[in-house]
Amino acid sequence: MSSPDAPPPTPPSATQIVQAMIQATPYAAALGFTLVDIAPARARMRAPYRADLVGDPDTGVIAGGVITALLDHVCGASVMNAMAQRQSIATLDLRIDYMRAAIPGRDVLAEAHCYKVTRSVAFVRAVAFEDDPEDPVANATAAFMIASDGGRRPGANRKPPR
Amino acid sequence: MSAPVLPDEAALRARLHAVPFARFFGVDLELRGDELTLVLPYRDALVGNPLLPALHGGVLGALLELSAVTTVALALGQPHLPKTIDINIDYLRSGRPTATFARAKVTRLGRRIASVAAEAWQFERADPIAALHGHFLLTPE
Repeated sequence: MSSPDAPPPTPPSATQIVQAMIQATPYAAALGFTLVDIAPARARMRAPYRADLVGDPDTGVIAGGVITALLDHVCGASVMNAMAQRQSIATLDLRIDYMRAAIPGRDVLAEAHCYKVTRSVAFVRAVAFEDDPEDPVANATAAFMIASDGGRRPGANRKPPR
Repeated sequence: MSAPVLPDEAALRARLHAVPFARFFGVDLELRGDELTLVLPYRDALVGNPLLPALHGGVLGALLELSAVTTVALALGQPHLPKTIDINIDYLRSGRPTATFARAKVTRLGRRIASVAAEAWQFERADPIAALHGHFLLTPE
């Protein structure tokens, strides 16, 4: 309990909240994703280059599956940052075009823009790149369901489906 | 005409596990005749929504993509995994904290490009939790 004289606690910034959400997401944490920047309806994240995430041992190029996860995750973060209030979301569909291999040894960045939110669905575009979004590794378009938990309680997925 | 290539589970598994990401991911494969199934055991690190808990969308995407590229390699009878050009993933159901399986079908095998459809399921094969279709660039031998 704070005393009446103490200054009010500073509410966590949106950046801190989104970074905490990455840390609380086991798969994003396992892949080492970090938040680079956020703005309303936008997010930018980094996937660090790691030898254990290589998809082609001959070239050292990072696995497509890591880029897929990064694009899915940054899209979700931009949706979270576009909604008026915190609601659960789930990916409905995700399309990715791979323009070129990521450069071996380099981190991959991805930025997403949630350009439309309706009551049930959010629409997102994202791009993955090393230095310049105009020279992309991959492009993504995605749709997310909003309030995807449908009133399901925490732990609901621990039971098999009916 | 080249001699038919006998599918070999051990060789295909060695090819899959030569990919560092596949080892990190923890995926294995089973081959019965010409039917290839990828198997992803559950572990907590694969979760995207810790409340429900549900598998991360990127987990199902990677499993489907690995299923597609290994199935193309099997169809070609060559060890090179094709390069992904584009993938389109439909998320049909929440991925539960249990083992996930995936199978792919090459819908068209061209000279340069393969079109592939893949599905992932958990409890029932007929009740997929995610589906992929995509195009893959065949690499010369």
